[in-house]
Amino acid sequence: MKVELRDPNTIMKLSRLGSFHQSKLSFLRSFLSEFKDWDYKRDLFNLDQNGFGEAVYSFKKKSRVYSLVCFANEIKDEERSDRVIATKWDSAFTLHDGIPSSDDIKRLKNEVPKQEVGRLSFKELTLSRANKSVRVFNHVVESLSEGNQPDLDLLSKVGYLYRTTAVYGSGKFGLADRFRIKNREEINGPFRLEMMLVYLVRQFTFDQVNHVAHYKNPKKAVKLDEQICKNLGIGNSTGLGMAPFIVNHPTLLNNWILSRETALKKIREIKVVKNKDSELFIDCVKKSLKNITSWNTDSEYQQIKIKALLKDVEKFINYIENNFDFKIKYAFNEIYLWLEKNSCEECIEYIVSIMMEPYNNIIKPLVANMSSDEDKYFNIPANRTTKELMDIIETRYSSILKINFDQKENYQNFWFISKNKEEPRLADRFEEHGSELEQPLAIARDVKKLYEKLLSEKNDSTIAQFLSANSELRHVVRRAFIIEKFPYSEIQDNTIGKSIVPIDMLRLKLSFFGALKFDPRSDKWLRICMFQGAPLPSELKNHDEQWVYKTIN
Amino acid sequence: MRSLSEIETAVKRASKATGFSWGVSEEVGKSVRQLELFGLEGIKNLNKYYKDKTTKKFEDLNLISEKNVASSEPYCPIILGISFLDQIKSLENLKTINFKNIAYPILFLSFLSRASEISGKKIHARFDQNEILLNLNVNIFSSFLNQEFPEFANEIEIKFVNNQDNFTETEWNSLYKLAENTFVEESESLKQGAAGAGLTDND
Repeated sequence: MKVELRDPNTIMKLSRLGSFHQSKLSFLRSFLSEFKDWDYKRDLFNLDQNGFGEAVYSFKKKSRVYSLVCFANEIKDEERSDRVIATKWDSAFTLHDGIPSSDDIKRLKNEVPKQEVGRLSFKELTLSRANKSVRVFNHVVESLSEGNQPDLDLLSKVGYLYRTTAVYGSGKFGLADRFRIKNREEINGPFRLEMMLVYLVRQFTFDQVNHVAHYKNPKKAVKLDEQICKNLGIGNSTGLGMAPFIVNHPTLLNNWILSRETALKKIREIKVVKNKDSELFIDCVKKSLKNITSWNTDSEYQQIKIKALLKDVEKFINYIENNFDFKIKYAFNEIYLWLEKNSCEECIEYIVSIMMEPYNNIIKPLVANMSSDEDKYFNIPANRTTKELMDIIETRYSSILKINFDQKENYQNFWFISKNKEEPRLADRFEEHGSELEQPLAIARDVKKLYEKLLSEKNDSTIAQFLSANSELRHVVRRAFIIEKFPYSEIQDNTIGKSIVPIDMLRLKLSFFGALKFDPRSDKWLRICMFQGAPLPSELKNHDEQWVYKTIN
Repeated sequence: MRSLSEIETAVKRASKATGFSWGVSEEVGKSVRQLELFGLEGIKNLNKYYKDKTTKKFEDLNLISEKNVASSEPYCPIILGISFLDQIKSLENLKTINFKNIAYPILFLSFLSRASEISGKKIHARFDQNEILLNLNVNIFSSFLNQEFPEFANEIEIKFVNNQDNFTETEWNSLYKLAENTFVEESESLKQGAAGAGLTDND
């Protein structure tokens, strides 16, 4: 049986993309698989009794070494902010390519804590900073120093000791450009070095909390239980900075979504599902309930989604257990069709993610396809005709062409870059100034504009001729030729309408990172947790691949 | 040191700020990034050009032909470069393309380099007395390494170099003969047994 890939006009809608969940394709999970055989080491741990100082952690295989260099600093409570406007953080980190020399550490000590206003070199690969969850960190220090383990209820509510507020890579602030390292096999997957940084930061947070507790009360202090550590992740606060990324990297976006869609298609095409595979799938679905019931958020928007998800997953479990036989042919196809009919988008995508769990043979090759050589598709084939361009737009952007951009509410917002922090922002064009400096992120509006312009062109004009008179549409002409080859490269929705929920764009990206427990704090930023339940570095070699569904929090 | 990614982003934004469209600005970002990667002074010349642009006029050439003469003001290297990229499929059929008077020709050069990659042919460019070989956007070969690139070029000649060897048949044969010294002369028994495949395929 041949199953078609799902229609981009359905999948690339923001409400659907904003319902994506982590899966085996997610970058933090593929990072753990790739680096499980590497040697992990804590090379330096030079903290004072309050936990301030430097530390270095590394992964090594043969002659390749990646080192996380950590700087923990004392800051005042009033200086602690997760917003991008902050200038000081509890800790700052960089991932160094190789073993840092003492000169490197000296140089980095001066630059890394400054973050965006510091300068890194081609020897550094990623950069980040993090703030303590002061309430949790202090509670854990207090408990351990008294010889007790911390209150699991409190830990469960938060899920981490530290949260990062930005992770930078790919040439930002002088970091190494991607082209310098792109041929390394071990990082042939998006954001792998960013994932490594976050993973090693997580270990640093455990070591730091143990260290501080020990010095607080050397005689009585105990170490944080490893099982508790394992169930703590790293938090992350994410604002709008992430949203333009998925618009600005169309072929990369396509490759992420296409991998997911191909995985689903192949799983639905499995004629006979083996017992062990159906059992693993059911086991993961059931155990994952804990992830839903421990998903805390004050966001009413997200609470409604979680409630619907829980209800539908329970309904699904009931269906699988009482009305379904995995012995039928194409069992996963049946399941998928049932989900489409009976579940909300959040639940459909949740179960789709879990369907991948038994199928390493399908997923592993797809992971290798999730990067993109973007420059290869940059040039516009300007010898082609406007008729061909029209055809592409009519085929690939059919739902976008239905949007009426004469209505105010459909172009209410505009994206801009703030002068203060050079970060993307979204504002109401009728209330705020600055819309004349709008960023090219209103793809739906501009594609429609392009289409309307093309309607008045001769069918046999070349794109070169068209562009010589319509330079302002060049960016969307380029995109149209990209989407011709990459059907999932474009959000099939309006990114400037009154009703846009920007966190849908953030969530799409974060789900591919492997984030859990999306906690929107407004429609423009959210908190998440990464690596919660993940194996500790010492357990990496033989870790349980389904760890994500087996957290105790 | 600025990373190429920083260079590309800053150039794109600066180009938009000077009045180019986003799509054109993306092209400029890509091209200047490439110049800097090759060690040529892209940022420096782009800066100068954008400063000049505030006080001087430059001519936009949208349709390139065999001979192109700027009327009074020099050609804008960016619009010229983009036109060259967009028209590459027809331009590569011309034997020689001549331009008179281009401002900041190094900026035009970066588009020529990309055009060389698209057409799959090396491009030979002569800017007044200076000769440059654009090698499929893999590198730019020129005598400019330690010299300032001129701000204007009066006579520019562009030729597509047909894909052909850089060496004579005799030079090749001489080298190949040397390479043959790594081969083993086959005895009868080696001929029978060493190939792996059967001697006849008629079975």
